[in-house]
Amino acid sequence: MEWEAVIGLEIHAQLATTTKIFSGASTAFGAEANTQACAVDLALPGTLPVFNTKALEMAVMFGTAIDAEINKTSVFDRKNYFYPDSPKGYQTSQLFYPIVGTGSLEIELSDGNSKLIGVTRAHLEEDAGKSLHEKFPSMTGIDLNRAGTPLLEIVSDPDMSSAEEAVAYAKKIHSIVTSIGICDGNMAEGSFRVDCNVSVRHKGEQKLGNRTETKNINSFRFIEKAIKGEIIRQIEILEDGGSIPQETRLYDAEKDQTRTMRSKEEANDYRYFPCPDLLPIVIEDDYIDAIRSKLPELPDAKRQRFSEQYNLAAKDAAVISGNRAQADYFEIVATSTKDAKLAANWLLGEMAKTLNQNDLQIDQSPVDAQALAALLLRIKDNSISVNAARQVFEAMWNGEGSADQIISDKGLKQVTDTGAIEKIVREVIANSDKQVQQYIAAEPDKRGKMLGYFMGQIMKASKGKANPGQVQGLLKPILDSLCN
Amino acid sequence: MFSKTIAQLARGLKDGEFSSCEITENYLDRISAQDNKYNSYITVTPELAMQQAKAADAVIGAGNAGIMTGIPIAHKDIFCSKGTRTSAGSKMLDNFIAPYDATLIEKFNAANSVSLGKTNMDEFAMGSSNENSYYGPVINPWGENRVPGGSSGGSAAAVAAQLAPAATGTDTGGSIRQPCALTNLSGIKPTYGRVSRFGMIAFASSLDQAGPIAKTAEDAAILLNVMAGFDPKDSTSADKPVSDYTASLNQPLAGLKIGLPKEFFSDDLNPLMAEQVQAAVKEYQALGAQIKEISLPNTALSIPAYYIIAPAEASSNLSRFDGVRYGHRCDAPLDLEDMYKRTRQEGFGPEVKRRILVGTYALSEGFYDAYYKKAQQIRRLIQQDYINALKEVDVIMGPTTPQPAFKIGAKTSDPVEMYMEDIYTLSLNLAGLPGMSIPCGMVDGLPVGLQIIGNYFAEERLLNVAHMFQQATDWHKNTAPGL
Repeated sequence: MEWEAVIGLEIHAQLATTTKIFSGASTAFGAEANTQACAVDLALPGTLPVFNTKALEMAVMFGTAIDAEINKTSVFDRKNYFYPDSPKGYQTSQLFYPIVGTGSLEIELSDGNSKLIGVTRAHLEEDAGKSLHEKFPSMTGIDLNRAGTPLLEIVSDPDMSSAEEAVAYAKKIHSIVTSIGICDGNMAEGSFRVDCNVSVRHKGEQKLGNRTETKNINSFRFIEKAIKGEIIRQIEILEDGGSIPQETRLYDAEKDQTRTMRSKEEANDYRYFPCPDLLPIVIEDDYIDAIRSKLPELPDAKRQRFSEQYNLAAKDAAVISGNRAQADYFEIVATSTKDAKLAANWLLGEMAKTLNQNDLQIDQSPVDAQALAALLLRIKDNSISVNAARQVFEAMWNGEGSADQIISDKGLKQVTDTGAIEKIVREVIANSDKQVQQYIAAEPDKRGKMLGYFMGQIMKASKGKANPGQVQGLLKPILDSLCN
Repeated sequence: MFSKTIAQLARGLKDGEFSSCEITENYLDRISAQDNKYNSYITVTPELAMQQAKAADAVIGAGNAGIMTGIPIAHKDIFCSKGTRTSAGSKMLDNFIAPYDATLIEKFNAANSVSLGKTNMDEFAMGSSNENSYYGPVINPWGENRVPGGSSGGSAAAVAAQLAPAATGTDTGGSIRQPCALTNLSGIKPTYGRVSRFGMIAFASSLDQAGPIAKTAEDAAILLNVMAGFDPKDSTSADKPVSDYTASLNQPLAGLKIGLPKEFFSDDLNPLMAEQVQAAVKEYQALGAQIKEISLPNTALSIPAYYIIAPAEASSNLSRFDGVRYGHRCDAPLDLEDMYKRTRQEGFGPEVKRRILVGTYALSEGFYDAYYKKAQQIRRLIQQDYINALKEVDVIMGPTTPQPAFKIGAKTSDPVEMYMEDIYTLSLNLAGLPGMSIPCGMVDGLPVGLQIIGNYFAEERLLNVAHMFQQATDWHKNTAPGL
């Protein structure tokens, strides 16, 4: 019997506000423990929350970006549970009346098809602090810097049926929230975390199987692995005649498997009720329209434009437009060099490779868009060879200066003086008696392959500076003239 | 000096009759000599008080005095005050030194008033007799075996015993009005949102409201002028202009329409008290008011609705007291769960635990609709009763409590009987309306309180109605025996 998986995702996107959702403390990542937690974040007696309307604006931006329903009245609820990194003993969230209602978005699959995935809702809530179990033997350290950071929890319909679809959906949400600038998308720092709800059933069955929820996955690769593994695990249990308990699981990246975190029986009764310290959020059409009209270009529109305006291959357009910082970078380079193809090649080639090696994002690159454009212009005007350009790029990455400065410092400028090049060509030919004799002896249609040796020698003699196109243009006629 | 009102003290300070340092010193001496009889203060802050008094005298000397400059007052120990223990009457916060000032404290500091100390209260403001304090019960100056009411019992006893000219309080179900009634004082619970709750330790967020406890309606008006106003730190505070509450105190009452809800004069009410309240109503008639009998049909539902909503909110508000960051923590916890359990077991008193349990139950999955949601629906009905009634009358009057101050221990074994003490007061908190209690007579040597209820943000009118009564009568001038 054939099985099918039913997958829904809950994505927590940290909103890129500078201060917390209910206090004035900074949300910057990486500060010393508990230095970014004010009286409200510490839940001192008597403190009260004040809603940061910047978070509202961002939530509405997301809602309008996916054309979802925006609820003109939404309400904060308290989700009550005890945990040391939840200082108030409850999390302020939105259960009954979320800010964003139903919407949908389209994902593209590798077989060229696309699929519509429903978004059930998206609601505002506060993040918890962090519990540090490793640092303090037999104790737990509590860092409340993250407590109160605004989150948008985006809940999908259970519309996905494979790990590929789930990853495509997660990437789509990621590209939307980063494109409209409401989330930095940094998964390693936990700015974008995914909970995967997975169940399996026999194909054609209407009833859903029991689901498991695998929490807090922070990379696309892990989402794929966790879902694939979970589907296999569930099918194996069911085929052995077992049943799937409804439970919360954790993905262990090292072992590449999920394990039980808590069972349904251990699940909390969160005793949700409307938070009496906060007024309902009431917004008007004008407010929503103003946000909609200011919405930056969305990834789908950008991809379309990139393939039309810059004539990029569909795949390149998709990759570049999928990340706002990368798209912005690309546009600067493409416009400055008036060569979109070259810009795309370098961005997806040398730049992507180097970023990857250094585990950096494009907006952290030491070579900014203008600097890269300056380098590419030197390729275009034949000042340097592509090989030399790679050297220059490496030097630029290491902070040795601008493209022009490095080209000049390292003496990489190509020789384009025909007389000078011809002199080198003739010298190499004069010193390569044996190879010249072989060339003459060869059948004419085999001679082309033999040019490589001479090219190499010439480039070596010119210390790589001879313009290869010019060398090629001179070399063959001179050799061929010797054959007559 | 100790019988003087704020208005009288302010005149004396202005005229150079005495200095703030002198008043403050006198009060501090009196507290240390006499408070062992009443237990009205949890913490006395003599150093802070003298420092503030000196600063106030300088302000007076420079000719910049406001009406509160140099006036000593006491604050209920529910308001966080920087550098001073703020206990909320609980063992849980016995070691808690607040690192910040409540907005209310900030406002009194800005007005250059002097803080004598922090007054006793029922633990986390849960109680109607001030017997639920970790720091022991407060004694009513009107009878050494009588309760002063609660939860602001320490504030009321301190003012009634002349250990402070006035005090702040909070009222979640009657905690300002009922103690005022039981100790012959004038106090007002303003409209919900009129006074900032920032820095006031939460009991039930949608019901809690701070207000003054004073000797006269005029003093209450002076204090409310300091306390009232929008606070951006409290999202539920009202962004509405504040009137000068002393401006129309003397406005004549001719034509005032007073409603008497028949539900407030039922069999629960001590008949001798009913007589006193009726006599007060007659006095108002003499002042030109018209009387109308009205009905608040859902009054009887206010106790059950209140005792769902208030505990539900409290169960969540008190979750932060977990031993992790501040306050009491049990010794040598075995693990996290042990720490939570023992910390809360040791730190909270029985009434607080009872309400946490009730509230937790009411919010539990499967019970929410039957309890919390239903209670909120009843709350709207009660509110609607008042809104309808206040279309026909300007103010509503009745007794503040069903009986005068009861004996210590009389109701501790039966919580429901204790809850009945607030039958006339707590519907107002559910509706969010303002209400006052002023002295209107005596029964068996104990004071009787008249409750005056007004429309939303009608504090100015309420204070005027109360003040005019005090111009015509002397009940508020009665002092406890022996003073």
